[in-house]
Amino acid sequence: MEQTKDHAGVSEAREPESDDLLVVDRIVERHRGEQGALIPVLQKAQQAFGYLSTEVIERIAARLEMPVSQVTGVVTFYSYFTTTPRGENTVRVCLGTACYVRSGKQVLEDLEKTLGVSVGETTADRCFSLEIGRCFGACGLAPVVMVNDDVHQRVKSTKLRELLEPYGCSNDVDGGPAAQSRGSTERNSTSGGSA
Amino acid sequence: MPTVNVNGRDVSARDDWSVLEAAQAAGYEIPTLCKMEGCSPLGACRVCMVEVEGQERLQAACSTPAFEGMVVKTNTPKVREALRTVVELLLSEHEGLCVFCDRDQDCELRQIAGNLGIHANPYEGAKPRRRFDDSVPGIFRDTGKCIKCRRCVQICNDVQGLGAIFPQGRGYDTVIGPAFGRSLSEVTCVQCGQCAAVCPVGAIGERNQIDEVWAALADPRKRVIVQTAPAIRAALGECFGYPPGALVAGKTNAALRRMGFDGVFETNFAADLTIMEEGTELLGRLAAQFRDHTRTHLPLITSCCPGWIAFAESLYPELMPYISTCKSPQQMFGTVAKTYYARSEDIDPADLVVVSVMPCTAKKAEAVRPEMYSSGYQDVDYVITTRELSTMINTLGLDFGELEAEEPDAPFGAATGAADIFANTGGVMEAALRTAHYVVTGRPLPGENLHVKPVAGLAGVKEAGVEFQNCREAWSFLEGVELSVAVAHGLGNARSLVESVRRGEKSYGFVEVMACPGGCIGGGGQPRMTSDEVRLARIKALYSDDEGKPSRASHENPHVQRLYDEFLEEPNSRIAHELLHVHR
Ligand code: SF4
Ligand code: SF4
Ligand code: SF4
Ligand code: FES
Repeated sequence: MEQTKDHAGVSEAREPESDDLLVVDRIVERHRGEQGALIPVLQKAQQAFGYLSTEVIERIAARLEMPVSQVTGVVTFYSYFTTTPRGENTVRVCLGTACYVRSGKQVLEDLEKTLGVSVGETTADRCFSLEIGRCFGACGLAPVVMVNDDVHQRVKSTKLRELLEPYGCSNDVDGGPAAQSRGSTERNSTSGGSA
Repeated sequence: MPTVNVNGRDVSARDDWSVLEAAQAAGYEIPTLCKMEGCSPLGACRVCMVEVEGQERLQAACSTPAFEGMVVKTNTPKVREALRTVVELLLSEHEGLCVFCDRDQDCELRQIAGNLGIHANPYEGAKPRRRFDDSVPGIFRDTGKCIKCRRCVQICNDVQGLGAIFPQGRGYDTVIGPAFGRSLSEVTCVQCGQCAAVCPVGAIGERNQIDEVWAALADPRKRVIVQTAPAIRAALGECFGYPPGALVAGKTNAALRRMGFDGVFETNFAADLTIMEEGTELLGRLAAQFRDHTRTHLPLITSCCPGWIAFAESLYPELMPYISTCKSPQQMFGTVAKTYYARSEDIDPADLVVVSVMPCTAKKAEAVRPEMYSSGYQDVDYVITTRELSTMINTLGLDFGELEAEEPDAPFGAATGAADIFANTGGVMEAALRTAHYVVTGRPLPGENLHVKPVAGLAGVKEAGVEFQNCREAWSFLEGVELSVAVAHGLGNARSLVESVRRGEKSYGFVEVMACPGGCIGGGGQPRMTSDEVRLARIKALYSDDEGKPSRASHENPHVQRLYDEFLEEPNSRIAHELLHVHR
């Protein structure tokens, strides 16, 4: 099997391929012939793309000459791997002790409603991924929510929309992600799943 | 040779034995749900646990090696209690009522639960999400019944080399299935049914057509005829208490007549016909190579196994020109039935129903392929497996053992010995060589008893060479040519054979491939469980059936000759091509 070399894309003979798949090929190439190459390859691919798409998984399987079912078997076995694309922004709600007792849990539930996703999921417009965090070291200002690297303190459930507003994604309709809780952000159906 | 003490009895174990085998030698059958002969132990089911002196925890007998001085107890309160808990937990997650399950009679889980005296389920808990996959014609998957023993995974990956299914997810949520929650129709599953043959429960099985067959038999407007594949005679008896390899062709014919079939035939007739067509195709390609020196495709590769065809189509499409254009015997029979037979019996083919009894789940898929309507109708209407036939015989309440042997009906009649061995690995090759050698030299195939010894048996890939000597005038260009042949069974072996040819390490004139280990005698629709011992017994029976026949080569079949005289003209004629070959 011919392998793509580093300056991928110059040869005319090759069918057009998306750049992502060429990145995959390069990752696989670096681990060629190694025992147990699959896990490091998956890790690097996830680092490169943030998640493992169907196309990427199928390419890895083809290049490593393994059944796709075996690769997805490994991907779905380890919770570290995700097949859901990440949102542009990551919202993390602190559930450390201090935040928890000062209604962090309530904030999380309200965020779930506002975004229309559960923890670990991403809104359908890929604007926000919702996660929970351990203590962010700002216990005096609990409850704390981090959006990307910004720390928001003493968050109130009633002010969630304002909080999210500045991160609104360009392709978003209705003036912001925090619009009607279910309207613009349908529950992401690709999450979880039994694969 | 370590000495192992099992329940107080010393046995001398072989060095590579596990505790399981040592216990068997001592006369104790330890229950197993995941261990399979010839595959490395998985240790997935935990029903084979035993106590080993000096070890705190119970050990899985299948994956614990036997060692010198080992003291094993298989039947202590601790073992019984643990086993009971394991089985109860399996049952608590198991969805489906036994009486509505195909495996009602031979479910391994049910047997183990019965042996333990489990009559109630103490763990009422959540059931996993159930998914029923009937996306392909050959087999179904029912994840609700799956106990995650992974036998099917091992067969599909390690033996068939396909990897269509694999454990997805983890823990309680594990589902055994294709990637991304796909169904079997969306992945490379060749429907060989080997997974169904090893599943201990009713989680994978053949797509049953028993009701359709009964309905056709009950329909007064329909003439319903049946063909029985060569592999059935050496296996069906097992469903009625006969040992593997008991030959029951005559009783099978009798049972089918009692069921009401209007014509009872054997696919063996069509196997002889296949040899005429495929042998002629082989000689044609040899003539192209050695006489005309034109480009041709050698080796010729056999085409009678739909599991192999599906495999080649998706994984090695570049091989297709090498594969014989002949349809399988099942399909040749169907086409001839709905043309020649319908005409000679003065039946409208629209009212003729052709049923096949096959050892095979892939044949269910083959029958509905678009190429299989050469008669203008679906050439074969329903395909039932050996197991389905045994169910129908039981439905009718027939005492199989008491049935007197009967012959198949005219005009197809009894076939030659060459057709008998079509069902075992190496058999199609041998049958073809018997006829090809005769055509080229005018003499029977040399070799003890007409056999090609090196291609018989259960080695994964087998090779032989046949030299043509003192050829007839017309075939003098083959004088001294040695035809080298190869035979593979099991798709993993087929793949290594194909790869060795692709790498240029090997070259052959003729290649036989059967998807199932042992060939059709080990097919996915045969009585469970098929071990190597069972395979060898069935194969031996077919060779002895062959040796007992007055005619041993397909060209000697008078019914086939008459079919050519009255209808098909000659092998590979235009009409034969139209009806009996696929046109790729
Ligand atoms: S039928 Fe054959 S190919 Fe398909 S899943 Fe079962 S073992 Fe694999
Ligand atoms: S489908 Fe059958 S063979 Fe496969 S894991 Fe489930 S129970 Fe075992
Ligand atoms: S070897 Fe025989 S039983 Fe197995 S898939 Fe092929 S035709 Fe069917
Ligand atoms: S048979 Fe030993 S663990 Fe399944």
